[in-house]
Amino acid sequence: MDVKTLPKSVDDQIEPGIPEELKPDAEPAGPIGLTAIPRGFEFSPLNARRWRNFKANKRGFWSLWLFLVLFVLSLGAEFIANDRPLFIHFDGKSFFPVFVTYPDTEFGDDLGTAADYRDPHLQNFLKDHNATEIWAPIRFSYNTINDRPPSAFPSKPTWLLNAADCDFAAKNGYSKCGTLEYNWLGTDDQGRDVLARLIYGFRISVLFGLILTIVSSVIGIAAGAVQGYFGGWTDLLFQRFIEIWTSVPELYLLLIISSVLVPGFFVLLGILLLFSWVRLVGLVRAEFLRGRNFEYIQAARALGVSNKVIMFRHLLPNAMVATLTFLPFIMSSSVMTLTALDFLGFGLPPGSASLGELLSQGKANVQAPWLGLTGFFTVALMLSLLIFIGEAVRDAFDPRKTFA
Amino acid sequence: MSELCLSVRDLSIAFRSGGRETLAVDRISFDITKGECMALVGESGSGKSVTALSILKLLPYPAAHHPSGSILFEGKDLLKLNEKQIRAVRGDEISIVFQEPMTSLNPLHTIEKQIGEILLLHRGLTGAAARARTLEVLTQVGIPDPETRLKSYPHQLSGGQRQRVMIAMALANEPDLLIADEPTTALDVTVQAQIIALLKDLQARLNMSLLFITHDLGIVRKIAQRVAVMKDGKIVEKGTVEKVFSAPQHPYTQALLNAEPRPDPAPPQPNAPMVLETKDLKVWFPITRGFMRKVVGYVKACDGLTVTLRQGETLGVVGESGSGKSTLGRAILRLISSEGPIAYMGNELQGLKFKEMRPYRRSMQIVFQDPYGSLSPRMSVADIIKEGLRVHHPDMTERERDERVIQSLRDVGLNPEMRFRFPHEFSGGQRQRIAIARAVVLEPSFIVLDEPTSALDMLIQAQMVDLLRDLQKRHNLTYLFISHDLRVVAAMASRLLVMKHGQVVEAGDAAELFRNPKTDYTRALFAAAFKLETAPEGVIAQ
Repeated sequence: MDVKTLPKSVDDQIEPGIPEELKPDAEPAGPIGLTAIPRGFEFSPLNARRWRNFKANKRGFWSLWLFLVLFVLSLGAEFIANDRPLFIHFDGKSFFPVFVTYPDTEFGDDLGTAADYRDPHLQNFLKDHNATEIWAPIRFSYNTINDRPPSAFPSKPTWLLNAADCDFAAKNGYSKCGTLEYNWLGTDDQGRDVLARLIYGFRISVLFGLILTIVSSVIGIAAGAVQGYFGGWTDLLFQRFIEIWTSVPELYLLLIISSVLVPGFFVLLGILLLFSWVRLVGLVRAEFLRGRNFEYIQAARALGVSNKVIMFRHLLPNAMVATLTFLPFIMSSSVMTLTALDFLGFGLPPGSASLGELLSQGKANVQAPWLGLTGFFTVALMLSLLIFIGEAVRDAFDPRKTFA
Repeated sequence: MSELCLSVRDLSIAFRSGGRETLAVDRISFDITKGECMALVGESGSGKSVTALSILKLLPYPAAHHPSGSILFEGKDLLKLNEKQIRAVRGDEISIVFQEPMTSLNPLHTIEKQIGEILLLHRGLTGAAARARTLEVLTQVGIPDPETRLKSYPHQLSGGQRQRVMIAMALANEPDLLIADEPTTALDVTVQAQIIALLKDLQARLNMSLLFITHDLGIVRKIAQRVAVMKDGKIVEKGTVEKVFSAPQHPYTQALLNAEPRPDPAPPQPNAPMVLETKDLKVWFPITRGFMRKVVGYVKACDGLTVTLRQGETLGVVGESGSGKSTLGRAILRLISSEGPIAYMGNELQGLKFKEMRPYRRSMQIVFQDPYGSLSPRMSVADIIKEGLRVHHPDMTERERDERVIQSLRDVGLNPEMRFRFPHEFSGGQRQRIAIARAVVLEPSFIVLDEPTSALDMLIQAQMVDLLRDLQKRHNLTYLFISHDLRVVAAMASRLLVMKHGQVVEAGDAAELFRNPKTDYTRALFAAAFKLETAPEGVIAQ
């Protein structure tokens, strides 16, 4: 049968246009909105209501702001805590050590290795040549060792030092109190500044959590969508596969893999991704199963809309509500997983800034409570903020919350 | 008349939402005397259900509150009772029957347990005494073979039987007042007639008062002695049924009484080109049993249907629920798989793949029953209507599509300026117009109308019928009109197909069939729909 001729033959039988007398006579002045489609950045009423609900949850709203501020600040960690100056003007030339690694030959030395700006020798050289230096507020990076400490590592936060500590430092050949560099939260057991490590550790935790959440959500939603929409055998096989997959003991597999591969940021991400994507599948699948029998999905099918478009345009927005509600919680659990692995020593490679490692140092050095307390409060704050945000998001998307 | 049972004085109900107050009911007053049936009539959103719920304090307090008024029942003000005191009233002195029998029974408990619970709560009856009382009320409401039914779960009962069980639950403690909140709206016409007859009979026998909430004036005339008409939260007219029906004072009441759709069906077109022809169409759903999923039988939703439709005609398809009407519509559009040839404009559709079907989808459209469910809540009206254009006219510019959208919105009588809004901003009738606009924007020649008026208020139904007929005349459309509402079908259909259990019972010219139905089944359907009369046993399915 010739399909192509059909629309034409149908057209022939349809009266084109409307008889003149039936046309609505009151033509509004000017083309009605034909040119200007009011579509800019504007919330739909539904989203506006959600935003209002979100804002109404004061705790969640302020948590979001606080979290965003902390996150954005930590993104610029290099500008807050760094062992290189941000900017040097010297000898008529400008240097940006924060971006570029300069050899020390630039600053009057002759070794040719990367310049160590904290070296007193180089400092004196710059001072003698009237160089302009701009430093970050904290002159340590996450891996900078404080080589002039007031005591053996881990050393106390500088502002906590008392006369006895100063006496001790003077008698035992440590740096004298008056000449110390400030360690706001002390140093860890390898002499690295805790605050600097905290800032970098926060950043890596949040980024890890964010990437893990986004990638695993994308995979999970796609898998759930396909299962829910097509149902039948696809669904059945996929579900059984997921059941088997989730029964694999995650931690042991992680131990085995990390003994074969060096567990860097992306390797860890990959390994955790193998298991975290299943979390959303059930949810999205249920939403799609429910949604595919809605009348407007039937209507779209009757219009001849393809499966792909139906899934993306009609069903996915429905599933997104349930998904979005879960995201902050998934993110907090991702952060927690990374912290736990670091704490156990199976996480990021040694030397990298991580909150889990800080916690495990706190456990090993009970005499230095600033380590454990700092780690504890940071993790607690971060997770609480995420949970508060999550609760507010959940409230905001709650369709029953019309009266409140 | 005799003693007062319930007296509502100056009752207002307001809802707080997002800092705003919405007044749902505005200072209404009415009385119900003992043994009387009072009907509360109005369109959806008029506040009639809220009024009923407030009598038993079932509203979502504290979001809902009463700025004024009192509800006096046996000398006490129900609104002033605390939670514990009102619980003693609920289900004992005043009980309520809801609209949806599917969801108002707990699916996990047997009938016996659910009725027994109320007896235990208010009378402390257990064991044999409770069972005896349960059997008594089940017999009262006409459940056949009540002893075996005690152990049944709600899903094992039909819709009508479930509603009977609901009524039995409400009657268990011999209430003084029964509130029936649209108890028949979700039921078939035939079952509706039975339930009405039952309620009327029970009310007379038990001498209880009945507050009957409905939007259907036919029912009011059948059951009530007095009626109050509500509109926008106010009672606009009240009085005895005879007075209000014979001499309505308020314009709204007059409009309601005249809301019957005007019969003006499209004439049969025996010589017009054939649009659709099915032969022996079958939709059988297999029933499988056991581990190997062996097919032990079939649910025959459509069993050998031969349908012909000529251009410009409206074929009305009527029957009880479960008779396969909607399945037929969906099978023709190939939304569900079927067997047997379906010829559309002489082209065979059966066996076409999804992509091959697409060119036909443009000229075959469907409008669904539920205007709330058939529009995607996350798309603007313009996007909803444009969707089909995007599929079938991919080369059209956005501007041309917009023009078509505007044209189709005008066609269905909506202001095109509204096209950037979202479905939830529209009323049920407007939404149904949008759904029709989505269908007509593709300039189809054949539309399946699957109960397009069932979810709408009476006044809107009449408008919808006018709109559909108008569109049909202008565009020479062919309709397959599926409905259980025979009044609407009578106003629209040129030919009629009466279905029962997936088969055609009777077919032919609509006017002739309405005048002179040949089978008992058809006669029973008509009697139930037009006169609310019950049929003798065995004629209808339930």
